[in-house]
Amino acid sequence: METLKAQKKDSKSQKAIRITGAEAIIHCLLAEGVDLIYGYPGGAIMPVYDELYKFQDKLTHILTRHEQGATHAAQGYARVTGRVGVAMATSGPGATNLVTGIADAQIDSTPMVCITGQVTRSLLGSDAFQETDIVGISTPVTKWNYQITKVEEIPEIMAKAFYIARSGRPGPVLVDITKNAQFDELDFVYEKCTKVRSYKPAPKPETGSLEKAAELINSAKKPFIVFGQGVILGEAEAELKAFVEKTGIPAAWTILGLSAMDTDHPLNVGMVGMHGNYGPNMLTNECDVLIAIGMRFDDRVTGDLNTYAKQAKIVHFEIDPAEVNKNVKVDVAVLGNSKETLSEILPLVHENEHKDWKAEFDKMYQIEYDTLINKDIHPTKEGLTMGEVIEQINMASGHKAVMVSDVGQHQMIACRYAKFKQSKSNITSGGLGTMGFGLPAAIGAKMGAMDREVVAIIGDGGYQMTIQELGVIFQHNVPVKIVVLNNDHLGMVRQWQELFFDRRYASTVMTNPDFVKIAEGYHIKSRRVSERADLQEAVQEMMASKDPYFLEVKVEKEDNVFPMIPSGASVSDIRLK
Amino acid sequence: MGKQWYTISVYSENHVGLLNRISGIFLKRHINIESLNVSKSEIEGVSKFTIVVFTTEDWTRKIVGQIEKQIEVIKAYYHTDDETIYQESALFKIASHLLFDERQIQNIIKESNAQIVTVNREFFALAKTGRRHEIDEMHDALLPYGIMQFVRSGRIAVTKATMPITEILQEFQEN
Repeated sequence: METLKAQKKDSKSQKAIRITGAEAIIHCLLAEGVDLIYGYPGGAIMPVYDELYKFQDKLTHILTRHEQGATHAAQGYARVTGRVGVAMATSGPGATNLVTGIADAQIDSTPMVCITGQVTRSLLGSDAFQETDIVGISTPVTKWNYQITKVEEIPEIMAKAFYIARSGRPGPVLVDITKNAQFDELDFVYEKCTKVRSYKPAPKPETGSLEKAAELINSAKKPFIVFGQGVILGEAEAELKAFVEKTGIPAAWTILGLSAMDTDHPLNVGMVGMHGNYGPNMLTNECDVLIAIGMRFDDRVTGDLNTYAKQAKIVHFEIDPAEVNKNVKVDVAVLGNSKETLSEILPLVHENEHKDWKAEFDKMYQIEYDTLINKDIHPTKEGLTMGEVIEQINMASGHKAVMVSDVGQHQMIACRYAKFKQSKSNITSGGLGTMGFGLPAAIGAKMGAMDREVVAIIGDGGYQMTIQELGVIFQHNVPVKIVVLNNDHLGMVRQWQELFFDRRYASTVMTNPDFVKIAEGYHIKSRRVSERADLQEAVQEMMASKDPYFLEVKVEKEDNVFPMIPSGASVSDIRLK
Repeated sequence: MGKQWYTISVYSENHVGLLNRISGIFLKRHINIESLNVSKSEIEGVSKFTIVVFTTEDWTRKIVGQIEKQIEVIKAYYHTDDETIYQESALFKIASHLLFDERQIQNIIKESNAQIVTVNREFFALAKTGRRHEIDEMHDALLPYGIMQFVRSGRIAVTKATMPITEILQEFQEN
């Protein structure tokens, strides 16, 4: 606590107010600019809920139907706004239900603060009713966590929680607060946290690394950029665009990097990874300099590491030193916030064009388009495809909507074909692959961007994991557009079973309920489409709706997502069929 | 890349949950902590973890990266045995009558440079500080006569090279 004491000395003295810990928590949230939180009450957090009742004109609490939904909604809100999402739950099961969302936020670097109630201090360790060691449970999946047992700790710890969650490489922070600390009183003064002495949010580039990187980039004949969410988190979209346009280097994105650059930009060559585009995957193994920006060489991006870009020199722009040389050995690491490092390198790189090299991407795109894209988005076969639904949404939204997807085949198709003009528009569970993410995340995204259309694309499997959040959409009339692409299967697992397990469809066939009736039960306008002739009109009706809208599209049951890099194979072994 | 012994030194704030965070980093990667010691360091208010692992340099480097990422960790280093001065301590509890019945025990004590910490009618306690193999040799020598209790500490180590923690703390403060 040395640092906190030191900071206190520096700060201007404010007038203290005598309040309870529970009220102090509300004041902390307000001081951090929070006006919206998601949560679920229960015994050990009741004093805070009592204060939420009193402060409801300043702080909106949305009651999700399950604590997992609260975390995903907070994540959706955080991802669309760039602000810290807040979720709240009681002790025991309330707290453990947060864990999936916390783990998701950790692996996808999403700023989130979770507040949990805890049994009173004297009962800790006694296996009291709804006592669980949430600090112990959440340790491996939080950026930081802390248990407050004394009321005096509240302002310092809350300030630290928000600072840690949003600074550097963002992530989830959990603050567990015992009930006695909520009831007790303190002399409350709030000071925002601006530093923690043992924590360095963003390193500075090592001396000479920018020059070395620029030299490699300037002398490259076949350079290739792969950018990830680091560009979005660092708000470096303009810097990326300037860098790409000056150097003329073809740029591809990871699934979480999607929307950081206009999807129609001439140098945007598509997605890398398991279901990414043909060109960027194949040419990863032909480029001479690979420039990775704010991405972490996830196995779904690299495939077999032993055959990944071995011919290339690798330059890695990265905020987290632990990511450098973790999966892929790099030649030059440029440490730091992407906004700063990209603006610093811009004057060092030469204006260039790589026409012949870019033409190779175009050629491969044409092959991919003729082999499968055209059939996906303009099918002539009988059954509806997921791709044509996304294409219709693109047309109806004018590339302006926020797209939230769940996990599975529909996610890959949505991310492959969705078009974006604006950053922070693609919200999906990338690293953790959390089925059930989509619906609650769409609620958070919509509430964070009320001026934008938010379309949730969800499979019939993931939809039923958090379907109860329709209750939130109904109760608060959150005008999200929900599209369930229903193939009556757990499609991605079924695809793997077809390709790698001799079509033994173990537990992937779903007998589904009438989704339209369920939506109607929540008084949500809804429609089902199973004929191509009705699709365009149905999508247009959905997009035109001022209210929440549910659209179920019955798609072909056994379609597969291609291209595909089989698990563990090389990026250049990508299969088009 | 071959496996060898590495001593990981972690300078950190004294924070109650940190040991759990650090041990989780090893657990997740199935890397055994061969020895662990936590103490104060040369800087007031800064704790020092000394962790010994037997693994490859690549894994050690990655683990150190993950440890440094923890909010309360100021800095972590790793070193090979050649780069450190390191010791362990051990305590032996032995029945007092053996000191008189078995003359050889006195020789073992002398040869191993062990200290007698306490003696009473029932037992005496020996303290030995040294390298792992020296403690093992003493243990093996005493074993035939009967050891009532034995305990050995984790490794403690200082490095031959400097660890500029004060400067790093300064730099963190300024950022």
